[in-house]
Amino acid sequence: MIRLSVPLRQALSRLSLPVLIAAAFGTMLLGKADALLAERARMALADALVPIWAVLQEPVGALRQAARDAAELPVLRSENTRLREENERLRRWQAAALALEAENALLRRQLAFIPDAAAAYTTARVVADGGGTYARAVLLSAGPNHALRKGQVALDERGLAGRVTEVGTRSARVVLATDMNSRIPVVLEGSRARAMMVGTNGDRPRLQYWPAGTLPQEGDRVVTSAEANAFPAGLPVGLVRAGASGGWEVELFARLDRLDVLRLFDYGLSGILPPEAVARPEPRPRR
Amino acid sequence: MKGRPAPASGLLRQLDSLARAALPSGVTALLMMLAVVPLGLFGLVPAIALPCVFFWSVFRPAALPPPAVFGLGLLQDLLTAAPLGSGVLVLLVVHGLAARWRRLLAKQSFLLVWLAFCGVAAGAAALATALQALLGWQALPLPPGLWQAVLTAGLYPLLAWPLTRAHEAMIRAEAAP
Repeated sequence: MIRLSVPLRQALSRLSLPVLIAAAFGTMLLGKADALLAERARMALADALVPIWAVLQEPVGALRQAARDAAELPVLRSENTRLREENERLRRWQAAALALEAENALLRRQLAFIPDAAAAYTTARVVADGGGTYARAVLLSAGPNHALRKGQVALDERGLAGRVTEVGTRSARVVLATDMNSRIPVVLEGSRARAMMVGTNGDRPRLQYWPAGTLPQEGDRVVTSAEANAFPAGLPVGLVRAGASGGWEVELFARLDRLDVLRLFDYGLSGILPPEAVARPEPRPRR
Repeated sequence: MKGRPAPASGLLRQLDSLARAALPSGVTALLMMLAVVPLGLFGLVPAIALPCVFFWSVFRPAALPPPAVFGLGLLQDLLTAAPLGSGVLVLLVVHGLAARWRRLLAKQSFLLVWLAFCGVAAGAAALATALQALLGWQALPLPPGLWQAVLTAGLYPLLAWPLTRAHEAMIRAEAAP
């Protein structure tokens, strides 16, 4: 160890804070100038920590489940009644769906319809919350030879959750649909009107830019639109709800507060990704 | 009759003091890495980092030198996907202020220190929001920033209690021959 004289050491320790504050500004500039560097550093850290998080996720998940169960105990009776009613309603829907499916199959046979191939998907476990004060994202743990790529669409068991934005060797980052920077082209199923679903960091993203003359209807189903070639058409997103401040919001089907496993669909779409994206998905051959 | 325990050998003593020196930043980094486990709470990582940095800067500044604060800030930015450098600056400013006020703060009761920390947390959230708005060049909604300040201030007593115990144990260990 180098021995320094006392006054020199004092001077150095007094200088270190201003120098480091200057270095912080330098880091900001560096992060601004080279977004790829920040992304690589973030994914390298995530890759290093993902095994620890994956181990931790089991007991923490069990604890969360226990807490949720405890909270549900007092309302078990009313919940049971509600579920019974819902089950009745769903049975009627099932009958309708079966009838429609049979009719659909009949019509397809008459039209010699060629169906789209079912999209391939991989599942990955959510192991960490990758968001902060102004970001909503989750980190996925993937095996070393995973097939995750940027631009893949992430769905939970109910509906759209977000998109893969960064991929490391063992982990991937999914920006959720509620993130401030999330813009998802959608279609309102009732009126076939197109709109944009804009994340606000809140639970419910806002609807914007619907065509003049067609107001969104409360309870209307929202599905993705193939516009901009970023999403396949028709993925379930949520229901239209009137917002508190007069705007229209989307109540997502996906339960973003309790994500544990995500399905990642590869549609091979090359839609809007930031220009600095490292691995752009190869575009599907044009038809 | 018992005599005084024999003084620890040189190597053990060095290991001991090394562990004491590394404990504050090490434990803070560990807590931050654990705080990203999904709990349904947003902004937990900054809310853990700020009380720890403030506490050690006030009560044991020698154990948390500015380079360690810089490292913790960088870790926070990488974990929370914030613009690189914004968390670094916030933590360094808080460290600087706490180190400047430490003679005043270290003598006060826990409640007064907490009160001071509430002000620091509000200021830090405001600075972080301003930096993120500036670096991202977009207007940001205020509620997440407010939530961040409230969460940070609320976590301080929970974190300060074990940290105070650790601090007292370290003082005892240092007083021992």
